[in-house]
Order: sequence, then structure tokens, then C-alpha cells
Amino acid sequence: MLQIPVSLLTLVAGITVTLFSIWVGQHHSLLPVQASEQAPLVDNFFNIMVAIATALFLVVEGTIIIFLVKFRHRRGDDTDGVPIEGSFALEVFWTAIPTIIVICLGIYSVDVYTQMGGIKPRNSEQIAGNLNKSGTAIAATLSDEGGDSLQTKALKSPTIGITGENNKKADLVVDVTGMQFAWIFNYPESGITSGELHVPVGTKVKLNIAATDVIHSFWVPQFRLKQDAIPGIPTTLGFTATKTGTYPIVCTELCGGYHGSMRSQVVVHSPESFENWLLANATNTDKVTNTIALSPEEILTPYARELGVNADTLAAIHQ
Amino acid sequence: MTQTQLQSPELPVNHGAHPEKWKWYHYFTFNIDHKVIGIQYLVTAFIFYLIGGLMAVAMRAELATPDPDVVDPNLYNALMTNHGTIMIFLWIVPSAIGGFGNYLVPLMVGARDMAFPKLNAIAFWLNPPAAALLAASFYFGGGSQSGWTAYPPLSLVTAPTAQTLWILAIVLVGTSSILGALNFVVTIWKLKVPSMKWDQLPLFCWAILATSVLALLSTPVLAAGLVLLLFDLNFGTSFFKPDGGGNVVLYQHLFWFYSHPAVYLMILPIFGIMSEVVPVHARKSIFGYKAIAYSSVAICVVGLFVWVHHMFTSGTPGWMRMFFTISTLIVAVPTGVKIFGWVATLWGGKIRFTSAMLFALGLLSMFVLGGLSGVTMGTAPFDVHVHDTYYVVAHFHFVLFGGSVFGIYAGIYHWFPKITGRFLNETLGRIHFVLTFIGTLATFLPMHELGLQGMPRRVAMYDPQFMALNQICTIGAFVLGASVIPFFINVLWSWGFGRKAGDNPWNALSLEWTTSSPPAIENWETLPVVTHGPYEYGFNEEDGTSVKSGTAAEPSA
Amino acid sequence: MTIAPTTDTSHHEEHPDFRVLGLLTFLVSESLMFGGFFAAYLFYRGLADVWPPHETEVELILPTINTIILVSSSFVIHFGDAAIKKNDLKGMRKWYKITAGMGAIFLLGQVYEYLTLGYGLTTNIFSNCFYLMTGFHGLHVFIGLLLILGVLWRSRRPEHYNATKHIGIEMAEIYWHFVDIIWIVLFSLLYILTRF
Ligand code: HEA
Ligand code: HEA
Ligand code: CUA
Ligand SMILES: [Cu+2]
Repeated sequence: MLQIPVSLLTLVAGITVTLFSIWVGQHHSLLPVQASEQAPLVDNFFNIMVAIATALFLVVEGTIIIFLVKFRHRRGDDTDGVPIEGSFALEVFWTAIPTIIVICLGIYSVDVYTQMGGIKPRNSEQIAGNLNKSGTAIAATLSDEGGDSLQTKALKSPTIGITGENNKKADLVVDVTGMQFAWIFNYPESGITSGELHVPVGTKVKLNIAATDVIHSFWVPQFRLKQDAIPGIPTTLGFTATKTGTYPIVCTELCGGYHGSMRSQVVVHSPESFENWLLANATNTDKVTNTIALSPEEILTPYARELGVNADTLAAIHQ
Repeated sequence: MTQTQLQSPELPVNHGAHPEKWKWYHYFTFNIDHKVIGIQYLVTAFIFYLIGGLMAVAMRAELATPDPDVVDPNLYNALMTNHGTIMIFLWIVPSAIGGFGNYLVPLMVGARDMAFPKLNAIAFWLNPPAAALLAASFYFGGGSQSGWTAYPPLSLVTAPTAQTLWILAIVLVGTSSILGALNFVVTIWKLKVPSMKWDQLPLFCWAILATSVLALLSTPVLAAGLVLLLFDLNFGTSFFKPDGGGNVVLYQHLFWFYSHPAVYLMILPIFGIMSEVVPVHARKSIFGYKAIAYSSVAICVVGLFVWVHHMFTSGTPGWMRMFFTISTLIVAVPTGVKIFGWVATLWGGKIRFTSAMLFALGLLSMFVLGGLSGVTMGTAPFDVHVHDTYYVVAHFHFVLFGGSVFGIYAGIYHWFPKITGRFLNETLGRIHFVLTFIGTLATFLPMHELGLQGMPRRVAMYDPQFMALNQICTIGAFVLGASVIPFFINVLWSWGFGRKAGDNPWNALSLEWTTSSPPAIENWETLPVVTHGPYEYGFNEEDGTSVKSGTAAEPSA
Repeated sequence: MTIAPTTDTSHHEEHPDFRVLGLLTFLVSESLMFGGFFAAYLFYRGLADVWPPHETEVELILPTINTIILVSSSFVIHFGDAAIKKNDLKGMRKWYKITAGMGAIFLLGQVYEYLTLGYGLTTNIFSNCFYLMTGFHGLHVFIGLLLILGVLWRSRRPEHYNATKHIGIEMAEIYWHFVDIIWIVLFSLLYILTRF
């Protein structure tokens, strides 16, 4: 009988595992539909990680199973295993391979994140600026205009979050406010206020996110994007929707008993139907003019239907 | 220290002051014997595991349907918060570090007790009041409801009384773990028998040493954060109140500076258990002793600089998200070194499929899966999608249940004969293993998909599209619940009537097996003398066996 | 593997006293708790445009005097430790008494400062930090003071401490130095840094 050499078997196994892992990476269909420009970036990255993880998992588990079968204890054998304490070459090998993998993943993730619009040179300047300003010497001279600089600081556009503005400024800005347990969307240009987010497809959108009470988190799974809404710290999220449709907006930061029901929708319109929506809702502008003056209950009631909560529940949770 | 002193009131070695053998009621007292304390830790921790597990079952029952019908959403949040808190602070940490650490470290290094026995007992007795505080938080305030992370401002506005009690409880267990940690550091460093060289120190002790250093460096920062939170809650300060000039993100930094290392506190001792169990039951020397020992230290150092990976969608600027992405990924390397070391240990062994070994092997598969999902979340671009979803819940149950709990079970099956002098029943052990293995996969595997598809965590009501997968999880949770029953019966029955084990039933080489089972009160009549390393299986040239009993130490007089 | 020589360790061997080592380990840990507070303080300071805010200027003269007292007490306590090493129990008691006195003056000074500052714990974020940090440190001074008093109490019996047996004295000293070092950092952060 012809003996198949071990090295050949290993090679075949290696190729099979690689091919299978790559296939799994492309066909796992674990993720929901892609509806933003960033989504394919994230998904491609995830697929690669799934492929690598599958390969590593199969190699480790496969090796274990082979060893378990091959080196199982047989009845009547009272001896111990072979006296080996280690192998420098092997240890270097299995330190080096993961190191290379994680370094590549690290570099790739920085690249993906930059493409998603998560890092901009402006960000780092601003941080440097902030640090400078807090330098005590300057702070002392600024102390008279303290009130002023606070004001300007608040007006500055938020720098935390994925802005999505690598090369182009946003065409549509929406102010998003999270509160227990609803999202309010305010269109500064047209003055519309709504309980749902409406955006035109293919347009760069920028959300300025704030929270009034506790931390919330704005997530659209189909966009693969998420950003916390933090009281006292303005944040931002930029995206371009690529597919018309209606997608859920989910609050993902625990914000109280009804955290689970803090949901809304983002409606991605074709450009024309977005115009129509704008026109149809232009009358809505003064519905919520001064959110601060109203109790959350009063603000929320008009949206109760959209939120899927009835007015009684709203009253109950805000007593 | 320049001055040492020969007579000290703290010394445990004091013949005649204790009975020959502890009676059952001694286990309910302020006892300073490290073995009694170890058992106290293990047993109380296991009771908390049952309580925390019942909370989990209640949660899973609620999640069987999309509507909040079984428990009220606020109660759900209280259950969720206390499930996490109990499992982490009153089950894994006390059993892995307090239980196994206290029982085994002095035995493994050849000491009669810990360096500070009284302090050790104090550290244990800080735990019951902490538990009482948690219980009180339910009675007086409906239980704290802001997650085990207790992020302000939510933690400042919901159930303030319960939150205050929760903070005090955590500060107590934190103090306990600091006191325990300093005790381990001094014990391992100074009480190792002189004949034991550093490279003959069992890997479990290396792991406990790394864990203790980590606990010493990170726990006080959590205490600082919690003190600030306590003042905000009760004394009108505004550290974390945005309208008073405070900053809510600062709390997250303080919290995760501790709580990321805390996850390594929960896995490093388990890695130590693995390094003891695998060689013994594979009859093979550990592969790469030095690499495994130093990788604990590497994990401990790198683990201090990765905390922002829990805050990738919070108030952190882009550069920070990138820096911590890279540091997080690096942790995979030393962890991989350990995993590969254990796998290589199997090569060329004579593997016995005892219950202890089954759980150790189960751990290998579960933990690798959980670790790999951890690496995917370590990258900011992807974490932005899955943060605070069931994907995270899946990850940490795979590492915490599939890792820590499996490891604790492996340790119990392995050392039960030493602790009680009797074997656990192997048949029941196998049933326990199979149920646990299937239950874990059924409960936590579908959660990956749930998270990726859009189900957030910490919700009592969810989108009906997720119902099918959630029901699988719920069924799995019941299987897990059932899995505890054979174990429980096994322990109770075997403790009293199990097969007698003898001093060294596994024919193992580390020092704890050189004394009687259960060990005498001061561990040895005559302290053992170390003549070879703890893993030299098969090194006896004549007959291919390990040198048998009496080889690791001089026979006792 | 070499066979180690059989040491005939008898049943009654005792291990040396590691309490000093334990204390040092504990203090490393403890200093990280202060580290957490310091980090928080610097974080707030970095965010603020004006630090400290107008209504909460700190006063400098009294705290400076207090600082000098506390820092010099560290030298005084060291004399006490040196004395007992020369078997001079009386000298030790004298120096420790002086240290205790200085510590008490420091605490009184602190209380006096609290009473005269004109703002309280809840005034603003600076005062939050100020009172929390100095208060927490004050608590440590108080504990240190109790330790010193404990040493003094025990040393009434002439045979309790001697040149070779004085761990308690040493531990009180180490703790006192720790409290002192923390104060120096605190003083720099809370007082000196607010002036520039
Ligand atoms: C025992 C506890 C434990 C352990 C060991 C780990 C290990 C790891 N964890 Fe996990 N984690 C938790 C417990 C744990 N975690 C908990 C409780 C939470 C949630 C907290 C909360 O929010 O409530 C959490 C959350 C959490 C997050 C935040 C997710 C989010 O909220 O968005 C992240 C992100 O980076 C993360 C990453 C990692 C990584 C990279 C590891 C690594 O250490 C894993 C390393 C292991 C391997 C990689 C596998 C074996 C290695 C190989 C086979 C070598 C080859 C591998 C490669 C080349 C990749 N964890
Ligand atoms: C080591 C830690 C540990 C362990 C062992 C577990 C064990 C389990 N956990 Fe988890 N869990 C956490 C740590 C842990 N958990 C943490 C840190 C969180 C986050 C909390 C937060 O978000 O703040 C969490 C959150 C968490 C959630 C998410 C909650 C949410 O986000 O809304 C869920 C949901 O399914 C869950 C389920 C379970 C289940 C089913 C088990 C099971 O394995 C339990 C099995 C045990 C038993 C079932 C009990 C014993 C059995 C009996 C007494 C017999 C009788 C019972 C029956 C026959 C049913 N846990
Ligand atoms: Cu808002 Cu959760
Ligand atoms: Cu972490």
C-alpha cells in the first residue's frame, strides 16, 4: 500500500481549510441588508475577519480532535507521554503568525475606519487646540471672557463620532435628540420636527446628536453605524444612505425601564418623495418649537403612535 | 526588609492552638486556615452562582416572547444588573481567585499557610456583608437597575437607594480582592520553599501572581470612580452631572480601567487551572513552561491599556478609537501562546478522558470561539455595529461561561479528591459535561446572530422577528439549569460516600499531592523538598513513567 | 534536575514577618486610588476654560504653613525610628509624640481652612474635587495619627519595642511618609497648579 506522506496531507488539509474559510467569509449571511455607504466597508472587513476566525478555529479544533484520537490513553498502558518540554522554533512560529495577523487587522481597521469617515485631520487639530486652551497660562488670560468661550465651544460642530466627511461636507443636517424614551429629529433648514428620520437616498447626511436626560445610543443596523447620545457632550454621525426603504432606529444604551421600546424608523426616500415629505410636513414646524419648555410627556405625545407606545404608558413612565 | 522578627503574633504556626482536625462548624467561623477559607469561598461562591443563574433563567423566560409579560421591565433591569454583578463579583472572582487560589497556592509552593492568615479571613468575611447589601438593595429600592456598568446619569436617576447599596457592596468586594491580592503576592514571593526554583513554580501560581498584580493596580481605580458616583448620588456633588459641570464619559474611563482588567482577573486563574489539569490528565509535560508563565504577565501588562474598546461608540475621539483598537488586538498574541501551548501538550500524551479533562477540553473550544469574537469587536469599525448588542452578550458568555465556568468545573473535578479525600462520580460528571456543553452552545451561539441582525442588549421587549432565535436561547438556558442538578448531587453524595482517593490519585507531580487528602491542618509534618519540576511526566528513563509518589518531596516523617 | 539537599526543617519553623512588605504592597494599591482622583481632577481641569472657577479661588498661606508642618513631620518621625534602632525608647516616644502633635495641627488647620473658605462641597466641580480629595487625604492623616497613637500606647510597656523588634513603629512611619507624599502631589495639583 502506498503511504501518503504527512506533509502532503497537511498541505491538502491547509488548502481545504483556507478555501472553506474564505467561502464561509463570503457566504455566512449573518448580517442584515446594507443600506449605507459605510455598510459595505464594514461588511467586507467583517467577512475577512470571519474567514480568518474560521480558519483559526478549524485549525485549533481540528488539531485538538486529531490529537485526542491519536494520543488517547489505551487500556493497560501505564507509561507517560513523551518527555518534551517545548520547542523554541514552534513557539516563535505561533507567536509570530498571530502577531502578523493582528498587525494586518489593525492596519486594515484603521484604513476602513478612515474610509468610513471616522478620522479626520481636523479632529486631531481640535484636540490639540483644546489642550492648548486649557493650558493654565492661557486660561488665566482668557478668564474674563470665560462665558464667551463657553458659548463658542458649544456652537462648534461636534467632533466625536463618525462624521463621514472625508472629502465632502454634508448636504443635509439633522439635529437628533434622545430622551427617555424617544428620538426627536429636527431639520434646522426647514424647521421640521419629527419623530422619525427621513432622508433622501444618495445624499450626505450629518446628524448632530444630543441627549437631554441619560445616555442613549443611536443605531441603524442596516447602516452599520452607531453613536451614543451623551448629555453634555455633542456627538455626530455622518452617512449616505444607498437604498430606499424603512429601517429601524434602535436605542442601544441602557436608558431605563423602557429602553427596549425606544425605537423609531429611518425612512430613506427617493429624492422626489423626500421633497414631497418636506412639503407635506412644512406645516409641522411649530409643533415642537421649544422643547425645553415642555415636559417630555408633552413633547412625546404627538409621536406616541409612531413610537408604538400609547399615551397612558407615556404618562406612566414620566410621572 | 532590614528587620525581621522571629516571634510574631500573626504567625499561624502555633501548635496546640487548633484541634487535630476541623469540625464542620469550624467552616462557619472566622477561621484563618487557608484551606478552610478556600472552601468557604468555593461553597459561598457556588451558592451565588445558583442565585445568579436563577436570575438568568427568569430573564430568559421573559425573553421567550417579545413582550414584557413575565416580569416588569424595571424588574428585568434589576435582574439583569444583579445577574451580572453576582456572576462576576460573587461567583467567578471569589471562586477562581479566592477559592482555588487560597486552597492551592500555599500547598503548591510548600507553605504552611498564607503570609497573612488573619487578613485572609478578613478578606473572605467582607463578602457576606456585600451580599447582604445586594439583597437589601432589592428590599429597599427594587434593586439597582442600571446594569453592572452603572453608567451615570442613569445610575444617578434610577433607584438611588438601591444604587447606593450596590456601590457599597462593590466597594466591599473590591477591598476584599485587594487584601487577597496582596496576600498572594507576598505568599508566592516569600513563602515558596527555598528548594523550589522560580522555574519550578507551578503555572497556577504564576497565573495567580499575575492576577494579583492586576487586581492591586486596577481595583482601587474602580473604587475611586465609585466613590465619586456615591458622592454624586448622596452628597450633592456633580462629578458626573453634565448640568453641574461634570462629565459622564469620565466615569466610563474610570470604570473600564478597572473592569477590562477585571475580565482578565476572571480568566487568568482559569488559565492557571488549565495548565495544571491538562498535563496531569494527558500524562505529558506542559509545552513551553516559560512562554505560558510570561504570557500571563504580558496579558496583565497589555490588559491595562485596552479599556477604551468598551467605549468605541461613546464620547471618544477617532484617534483614541484607533489606538485602542490596536492595543486590544495585541492581547490575542499572548493568549494564543497559551492556547497553542496546551494543544501542543496534548501531542504525544496518553490522554485520559476524565471529567476534569473533558471540561478542560470543552474550555479550549468555547474559549477560542469567544476570544475570536472578542478580536472582531476589538476593531472599532466593526464594533460600531455590534456594540451593546447580543453579539457582545454572546462573546462574554463564551469567555465567561465557556471559559471561566468550564475551568472552575475542571478544577473542581481535578482537586475534589485532594480537598475531600474522595473522588467525584465519573458517570454523573460526564452527564454534567454533556448537558453543560450542549446548553452553552444552545444558549449563547444564537446570540451572535441576534446581535448582528439588530437586537440590542439589556432589553425586556424586542422586535418579534427575533423570537425564534431567542426561544432557542431560552431552551438552552433551561438545559444549563438542569446541568447543575447532576453536579450538585454528585458533590453532595461524593463528599460523604464517594470512592476513597488516596493522597495522589492522579499521580501528579506538584506539591499539593505530596500531602495527605484532605491535607493536615498545617499541610505537612515536614515541609517537602523540591527535587524536580511540577510537570516532568515521562522523564523517568527506565520505564517511561513519571517518578511516582515521594518523588516531589521527602516522605513525611 | 539536581537533588536538593535535605534540609531538616523542624515542625516549629517560623517564617519571617512580612507585614512591612504587605503594607508596602497595600500602599502601592492605595496610591492608585488617589491616582484615580488625580486623573479625574486633571480631566476636569483640562476641560475647563477657567480653573478654578471664579467663586472658588484657593487661599495659599495657611495651606503652605500646613504643608511645611506635614513635610517636616516626616523627618521628625524618622528620628523616632532611628532612635528605636539605637534602643532609645524614650527618644522614640519623644519624636513620635511630636509627630502626633504636628499631625493634629495639620488636621486642625485643615478644618479651619474648610470653615473659612466660603464655599462648600457642592459649589462647583472644582470645589467637589477640592473637598473630596483633601477630605480623603485628611482621613488618611487621621488613620496615620491613630497608628502613631497606637505605637505610643503600646510603648508604655518598656519591653514592647526594642532595637530588633519594632515592626509596628516602622509601619507607622512608612504609612506617615505615604500620607506625606500624597499630600505633596495634592498640594501641587490643588494649590500650586491653580495659580498658574
Ligand atoms: C473572561 C472574560 C473575558 C475575556 C478573557 C475576554 C477576552 C477578550 N475580549 Fe471581552 N468582554 C468580556 C469578558 C472577557 N473578554 C465582558 C464581560 C465584556 C462585556 C462587558 C459589558 O459591556 O458588560 C467584554 C466585552 C468586550 C469588548 C467590548 C464590546 C462592546 O461592548 O462593544 C471587546 C472589544 O474589543 C472585547 C474584546 C476582547 C478581546 C480582544 C479579548 C481577548 O483577550 C481574547 C483573546 C483570545 C483569542 C483571540 C483566542 C485564542 C487565540 C488564538 C487561537 C490565537 C490566534 C488568534 C488571532 C491571531 C486572532 N470584549
Ligand atoms: C461569569 C459570569 C456569567 C455567567 C456564568 C452567566 C450565566 C448565564 N447568563 Fe449571563 N451575564 C453576565 C455574566 C454571566 N452570565 C454578565 C456580566 C451580564 C451583563 C449584565 C449587564 O448587562 O449589566 C450577563 C447578561 C446576561 C444576559 C443579557 C441580559 C440583557 O442584556 O438583557 C442574558 C440573557 O440571556 C444572560 C443569560 C445567562 C444564562 C442563561 C446563564 C446560564 O449559564 C446560567 C446557568 C445557571 C442556572 C440556570 C442556575 C442554576 C440551576 C439551578 C438552581 C437549578 C434549577 C433551575 C432550572 C431547572 C431552570 N446573561
Ligand atoms: Cu434610550 Cu436606551
Ligand atoms: Cu475589555
